[in-house]
Amino acid sequence: MSDIARIVETTFRAEHGHVLGALVSYLGDLDLAEDALQDAMITALETWARDGVPLNPAAWMTTVARRKAIDRLRRDKLFQEKQQELQLHAELERPGEMEFDDRPIPDERLKLIFACCHPALALESQLALTLRTLGGLTTPEIARAFLVPIPTMNQRITRAKTKIRQAGIPFEIPPAERVPERLDAVLYVLYLIFNEGYSATAGDDFIRQELCNEAIRLARVLVELLDQETQLESDAEALGLLALMLLHDSRRAARVDANGEIVLLEDQDRSLWNQAEIQEGLALLDRAVALCQPGTYQLQAAISALHAQAPTYTETDWRQIAALYAQLVRIEPTPVVQLNCAVAVGMAQGPLVGLMMMNNFKLEESLSQYHLYHAARADLLRRAGEFDSARIAYQRAFELAQTRAERVFLLRRIESLKHT
Amino acid sequence: MRYALLIYVDPAAYAGMSEAQQGAIFQEYFAVTDEMQKRGVDTGSGAPLQPINTATTVRVRNSKMLTTDGPFAETKEHLVGFYILNCKNLDEALEFAAKIPDARLGSVEVRPVQEIQYPPS
Repeated sequence: MSDIARIVETTFRAEHGHVLGALVSYLGDLDLAEDALQDAMITALETWARDGVPLNPAAWMTTVARRKAIDRLRRDKLFQEKQQELQLHAELERPGEMEFDDRPIPDERLKLIFACCHPALALESQLALTLRTLGGLTTPEIARAFLVPIPTMNQRITRAKTKIRQAGIPFEIPPAERVPERLDAVLYVLYLIFNEGYSATAGDDFIRQELCNEAIRLARVLVELLDQETQLESDAEALGLLALMLLHDSRRAARVDANGEIVLLEDQDRSLWNQAEIQEGLALLDRAVALCQPGTYQLQAAISALHAQAPTYTETDWRQIAALYAQLVRIEPTPVVQLNCAVAVGMAQGPLVGLMMMNNFKLEESLSQYHLYHAARADLLRRAGEFDSARIAYQRAFELAQTRAERVFLLRRIESLKHT
Repeated sequence: MRYALLIYVDPAAYAGMSEAQQGAIFQEYFAVTDEMQKRGVDTGSGAPLQPINTATTVRVRNSKMLTTDGPFAETKEHLVGFYILNCKNLDEALEFAAKIPDARLGSVEVRPVQEIQYPPS
């Protein structure tokens, strides 16, 4: 790819959400806004090579995209109808002018986020649309992230945009009484995007990093926008989610070794942890907790914070972590949370207590196909001295594991137990 | 934009109710319809339907008219009524759908009406 093409792509990607939000607000039509932005990108590839990159790329993109939208509408039979809606009279009176509006582009991203995460859209559509419109990821990138063929992802996004248009999903900040549940939906989408990038089951390494970065970026934007929007209060869970993402992400460099193999928390080189992210995460968590609106993301962030603040694995405050998990289990009694709770209790009170908790939660039934359940159980058995049972559990985990890195790790554990 | 609010309920949900409870639900319907009218969204085209034992289904197959007793399908939840509302966007339609009493007992499907441009006669 040529240099200018790369610059155009990077710039458009970085400004995508902001410019698109303003365009959608102006045009009232997501499809038209996206098509116009695409047209503008093609023009950029021609003119930026010739004239250089504009000083204010976002202003350039917005102005040119608007013109492209008008061009498209002129070719469209429905133009007469649209004209009234768009109040384009002023623009039409001076057809040839290329006026670059250097005023700050209104930040309509909040409206865009709420529209993309509207519950009327299927969750997988919300994820794809958010990454496409706010993240500026290309359809092939999103397809890669979710391990879905490109035409399938294309169709998913097209259908979502069609639903928005045909069903009349508005580009608005919801009324105050609806904001809590609508914000929950947005946070959940961002959480899933981050998880997709953070977990070991997604696509290649690069796209996973991209997803985490994108989720963090969008969560930051959301927190800033909520701060600025006077009719909305700061939301503790939004702060908690961003804190959670940063605290998890801070361990990125230490999670995988030079051979691409997993490094467990207990073995990680803590000097590789990103202290700036940790400090930012801790500060956000403090802000969140001060709002006295407890929630799941804040609890998860608090647990991650305890890990982040432990100088070594053995100095980890497992009692506090177990206590936090106990709270988390109450508000989110899902099998995976119960599993993590049992593991923490196993660390705080001994492996036998942890194993007993796994039995109490009946995790053998709900998580029988989940490799991490067997691995966690195996670990507790091993620490309890039950080597044969541990080896069998590791074997089960190995059979169910989905990535090479995990399989290598589990195999090594199995081997080590053969000699005990 | 016009939206159809299609109300589906399982008759069994009403089975255990006293007359007073059913009466309370009717009152709620009056109140909701009243609010729709006050807010200017009601098109007046909606109606509650009589119970499914009054339903008859017509199909034409191979030019033959087939008439059967009962609703079109053996489903648990049945269509009990509908509203056609003129709302500014989906959120406004959903807000009204949530106020419908049977949304608590059954489901309300919200779907935009196709605005057909009928050719001038």
